[in-house]
Amino acid sequence: MHVLAQIVFIILLSIAGAGIYLSISRIRKNILLGRDEDRSDNKIARIKKMLLMALGQKKMFKKPLPAILHFFVYAGFLIVNVEMIEIALDGILGTHRLFAPYLGSLYPVVINVFEFLALTVIIACVVFLIRRNIVHVKRFSGVEMAKWPSLDANLILGMEILLMIAFLKMNAMDQVLQDMGSGHYTATGPFYISSALKGFYSSYSESFLIFAERACWWFHIIGVMFFANYVFYNSKHLHIFMAFINTYYAKLTPAGKLNNMPEVTKEVKLMLNLPVEETAADGAPARFGAKDVRDLTWKNLLDSYSCTECGRCTQQCPANITGKKLSPRKIMMDTRDRLEEVGKNIKQHGDAYDDGKSLLGDYISEEELLACTTCNACVEACPVMIDPVSIIVQLRRFKLMEESQAPASWNSMLSNIENNMAPWKFSPADRFNWADKLKG
Amino acid sequence: MEYNVPTVAELKAQGKSPEIVFWVGCAGSFDERVKSVTVAFVKILNHLNVNFAVLGTEEACTGDPAKRAGNEFMFQMQAMTNIEVLNGYGIQKIVTACPHCFNTLKNEYPELGGKYEVIHHSQLLQQFIDEGKIKMTEGGEFKGKKITYHDSCYLGRANNIYEAPRKVLEVLDADLVEMKRCKTTGLCCGAGGAQMFKEPEKGNKDINIERTEEALQTGAKIIAAACPFCMTMLSDGVKNKEQEHNVKVYDLAELIVQSQRL
Ligand code: SF4
Ligand code: SF4
Repeated sequence: MHVLAQIVFIILLSIAGAGIYLSISRIRKNILLGRDEDRSDNKIARIKKMLLMALGQKKMFKKPLPAILHFFVYAGFLIVNVEMIEIALDGILGTHRLFAPYLGSLYPVVINVFEFLALTVIIACVVFLIRRNIVHVKRFSGVEMAKWPSLDANLILGMEILLMIAFLKMNAMDQVLQDMGSGHYTATGPFYISSALKGFYSSYSESFLIFAERACWWFHIIGVMFFANYVFYNSKHLHIFMAFINTYYAKLTPAGKLNNMPEVTKEVKLMLNLPVEETAADGAPARFGAKDVRDLTWKNLLDSYSCTECGRCTQQCPANITGKKLSPRKIMMDTRDRLEEVGKNIKQHGDAYDDGKSLLGDYISEEELLACTTCNACVEACPVMIDPVSIIVQLRRFKLMEESQAPASWNSMLSNIENNMAPWKFSPADRFNWADKLKG
Repeated sequence: MEYNVPTVAELKAQGKSPEIVFWVGCAGSFDERVKSVTVAFVKILNHLNVNFAVLGTEEACTGDPAKRAGNEFMFQMQAMTNIEVLNGYGIQKIVTACPHCFNTLKNEYPELGGKYEVIHHSQLLQQFIDEGKIKMTEGGEFKGKKITYHDSCYLGRANNIYEAPRKVLEVLDADLVEMKRCKTTGLCCGAGGAQMFKEPEKGNKDINIERTEEALQTGAKIIAAACPFCMTMLSDGVKNKEQEHNVKVYDLAELIVQSQRL
């Protein structure tokens, strides 16, 4: 390959690498804006969960058809990208099919596997496009799925198809050139899938084919660089990486357990004259519960970046099913969008800047929060183990404890608990009357 | 027949302590319908000579609805008060027929100093069955009758208890039918998260109606519940559908009492 091409390639690769680096540091910084929470325990159990859920995609298989198609895209995508190592090295070193001589007769086998996977990726992506745009599978719609999220999903599918087609075309032309005995297009043995395309190219001249083969090569490699940057910049497709991190840090305790706010424990103990242990995490928190993204924990924020926008949660949500405004997917997407906004504000105006907006109110309404039954159907459904309930409860805590705002019936329930030790207005002295019937 | 319902305080006065405390819960103490569940469970405990006691008037709301509504202060006040009482008596083991009490006592009390072995009554009933203390009543009144079990969120997804209640129903020798959404995908009755204590938000249907319709579709004449709130929501749903003469909602304990003729 021409030295100039090598230089251009190295420059492009560096730009792409820098772009990804910048995106990752932005996301990392944003996530760390959240409150601290210890998830450093139980490493073995966490790794197991990650392998089962992210690598093994256990939850996905509750819906077999999308699961199998998704598995092809995922496996295909991961493995075909191994080929990217060769392509990138070829680009840097100015070689062509660098690995062929080393792998010998194994090389065509490997490439054939890649080609098979590329074909399955194309098929799966086409089916996915049909499900989204023609069949209109219900969970892909909803208020939160308006413009950008739907476009994002379609763009990603389109890009994957184009990349795989370029890969197959490149191989097909390579083989026609091999048959012609052209220059450095050394014989590799047959690539079965792309050879089906050979017929299209056999009538072209050698010089045109070399040009076209190189064009596909460049399209493929630049496409992949663009794709990677796109994914990290602002896309639900980030889940291909985040799924691993998020399942590793997922909650290990029973889904029904809500955390006990330690700052409240301390005050309650003081009120009840109980001994208070001094802990390192002392000092009153800025507020009780969460009003904005920075009041949530880093794990909540990590969740928001991991969301695939698949809608499995919302599809199972009893509130959403019965026409309430609440959609757990929207809770996650709102959290992420607000976090991106807060991150941008900090970058532009400094840490103390207040844009007068907040997650609660400007993004998520009280009506949505109040509709949740904490049934955990969303948590159970989520393939990447996201926990929307945690965010919902923290926002509710702010409403109740900081703003003292609750529906009137909740206020009476609360005052009954306070005065009568039961959520209904009964005298505590009558609590044991049920047994009267039994005492003959 | 006269039944024995000792309180922990009475036992203590006699220098005794119970093996297990039956945590009745607010619904089990005050709600007319749910009180029958409490009574049914006490009958079973008596029948099997279980060394149990209740806290009577010393019991107080676990704080679950306050916590889920978002008032953590009130939850922890309740929790600390209850823990003082339970620890004061040196209680080791608790059984309750309410999945909300169960979840709170089991998962949320330990960090606040309340460490007990907590089980749901479906688990205790299953244990009795495994031990052969409760036996299958072949040809009993439930034989061949269709029964569908509604999973409580706070037993199922919240605490992974799906099998115990079904095992309990098996001894009825009935025809167990599942709803389309069951076990991990079971649909909530609509009461959790303190919804029990407020009107639903605006929507096009109430959750309990959606769930009741699904239960009715199975053709079951009995809807089995294992939670006082589910029981209330589903009974209301059945009434709303004007099916209360054909379809009954019962708790597991009530079904056992009926089948064993206790
Ligand atoms: S926990 Fe709340 S948000 Fe999640 S599915 Fe249940 S009602 Fe919907
Ligand atoms: S929270 Fe989970 S289930 Fe819901 S849309 Fe996001 S990835 Fe899908």
